[in-house]
Amino acid sequence: MNNESLKSSVWVAQLIFIQRSIRHSIRNTDAMIMAIALPILLMLLFTYVFGGAIDPSGNYVTYVVPGTILLCAGFGSSSVAVDVAQDMTNGIIDRFRTMSVRSLDVINGHVVASVLRNLLATTLVIGVALLIGFRTEASFLQWLGAIGIITLFIFTFTWLFAAIGMMASGPSAAGGYGFVLLFLPYLSSAFVPTNTMPGWLRGIADHQPITPITETIRSLLNDSPLHTNGWWSLGWCGGLLLVAFVLSAWSFQRKSGRR
Amino acid sequence: MHLTRYAIDVHGLSKSFNGTRVLKQIDFSVSSGSIFALLGPNGAGKTTIIHILSTLLNADAGSVFIDGHDVSASKEEVKQLISLTGQYAAVDELLTAQENLIMMGRLFGLKAVVAKQRALTLLQQFDLVDAAHKTVRTFSGGMRRRLDLAVSIIVKKPILFLDEPTTGLDTVSRRALWAMICALKAQGTTIFLTTQYLEEADQLADHIAFISNGRIVAQGTADELKAQINQDIIELRNEHNEMLQEIPTDGTIQQLKQRIDELIDHVPAQTRIRIRRPSMDDVFLSVTDRRKEEINHEQ
Ligand SMILES: Nc1ncnc2c1ncn2[C@@H]1O[C@H](COP(=O)(O)OP(=O)(O)OP(=O)(O)O)[C@@H](O)[C@H]1O
Ligand SMILES: [Mg+2]
Repeated sequence: MNNESLKSSVWVAQLIFIQRSIRHSIRNTDAMIMAIALPILLMLLFTYVFGGAIDPSGNYVTYVVPGTILLCAGFGSSSVAVDVAQDMTNGIIDRFRTMSVRSLDVINGHVVASVLRNLLATTLVIGVALLIGFRTEASFLQWLGAIGIITLFIFTFTWLFAAIGMMASGPSAAGGYGFVLLFLPYLSSAFVPTNTMPGWLRGIADHQPITPITETIRSLLNDSPLHTNGWWSLGWCGGLLLVAFVLSAWSFQRKSGRR
Repeated sequence: MHLTRYAIDVHGLSKSFNGTRVLKQIDFSVSSGSIFALLGPNGAGKTTIIHILSTLLNADAGSVFIDGHDVSASKEEVKQLISLTGQYAAVDELLTAQENLIMMGRLFGLKAVVAKQRALTLLQQFDLVDAAHKTVRTFSGGMRRRLDLAVSIIVKKPILFLDEPTTGLDTVSRRALWAMICALKAQGTTIFLTTQYLEEADQLADHIAFISNGRIVAQGTADELKAQINQDIIELRNEHNEMLQEIPTDGTIQQLKQRIDELIDHVPAQTRIRIRRPSMDDVFLSVTDRRKEEINHEQ
């Protein structure tokens, strides 16, 4: 009996899973359209409907762009929860597990596709923002910094959603839990300054990841003082990533023993 | 290391889920290059056995050797030797048939060109050429099943596990699949399959094990099993010739009288009686019933 091959190299396997997830993204047209259209619509809504009341000077669009980018990235990465949960409940993960495929590679595939998909959506959001009056004096380096922090945010939240997908009992549960995370931008400085909020709410808003990340992007694009927001952003992302890794590993272990 | 090199060698295998014993002291072995059928009704424990043999699940007790490798200790070695087609089609819904095949081939370690070549051959063999470039979510159940099987043999592994491979296939596809399984055997593959169909086990398997309620209640070649059950069947039919009941009997006057005495007050007087030779179905039913009686006695 010719036992033809051992197994694919780690890199090949990783590339195969990235390719698989990118194909998923492209074929999941509905999810793709929603992930891009919804944040753009929200940005238009905030700028034209609420913007006048929030900031009568007409500069609201400049204020709201960083928040909209994060909202967009949040929406865009949330579908990973469903993708991962689908893989976990569909028999395909069992097949992969009998093939010496590492589960991490499968999730990594989804994560890389999500980052690419979201960077594309972010570019479109920024494009539309520029069309409706967003102005920035950011230098090349500041742009680079902003893109860096946005990418880190997408990466972190994608991993969080992946962890949710691993832990949820199925795709629809994963979608439900994932939805909760999407409220975070509203309870932050993304759309209105936190000092306009009641004291208790301000306490929450100031101490959750979206606020320092929004402020970091804002200060890079609007050239305002960064304070400690940059460090807070990095700290939050690092911490959340760690939590997501640990939760994913733990729930994979737990599930694979049972199934 | 084991002395006799069975492809699969299982001793005292037990497994519980949340305190319920699902597999109880299972023993069997499968010779290299043969077809072994595990035959049993819903919930008997077939999938659980396949999951343990294919490294997906850990046993609570007992030993499982795949080609001499202990499954609990050498998972990675075992994974190199096996390929699994699970009970439910495990293919990627958003990829096309051809993409699925190529992806799995590459994950098994084939070079891109070879994987593509194999994929094209298998698409032809499994009658999926027209669907090669359609995404799997548009497939019928049977097409999905065929693709699933094609995927599991894109690289030929020495041992192939098939969990109810023909459930949901029409007669033509089923026959075609049987032929393919025989062809794989001819090339030296050891095949372990589960099925609910006696005919399938009868047609394909060199060795059959009946499983019921987590126990192996009989095993042997198809002929041995038929011979082992030297029971006839009492058929009871009503005046419209509709089957009322089938009762096994050893055919002795003594037992026939006893059976009839037991029945006489419970069935209408018009009931007709006939005695016939057992079919494979009866073999199966009698073995599982006998087992149930034994369990009832134990309690
Ligand atoms: N993960 C699990 N947790 C709890 N019980 C389980 C689990 N998996 C299987 N069981 C139970 O173990 C028993 C055997 O299940 P198994 O899936 O092995 O049966 P099967 O012979 O494959 O049946 P079928 O023909 O319906 O596929 C069933 O009673 C089932 O309810
Ligand atoms: Mg089963």
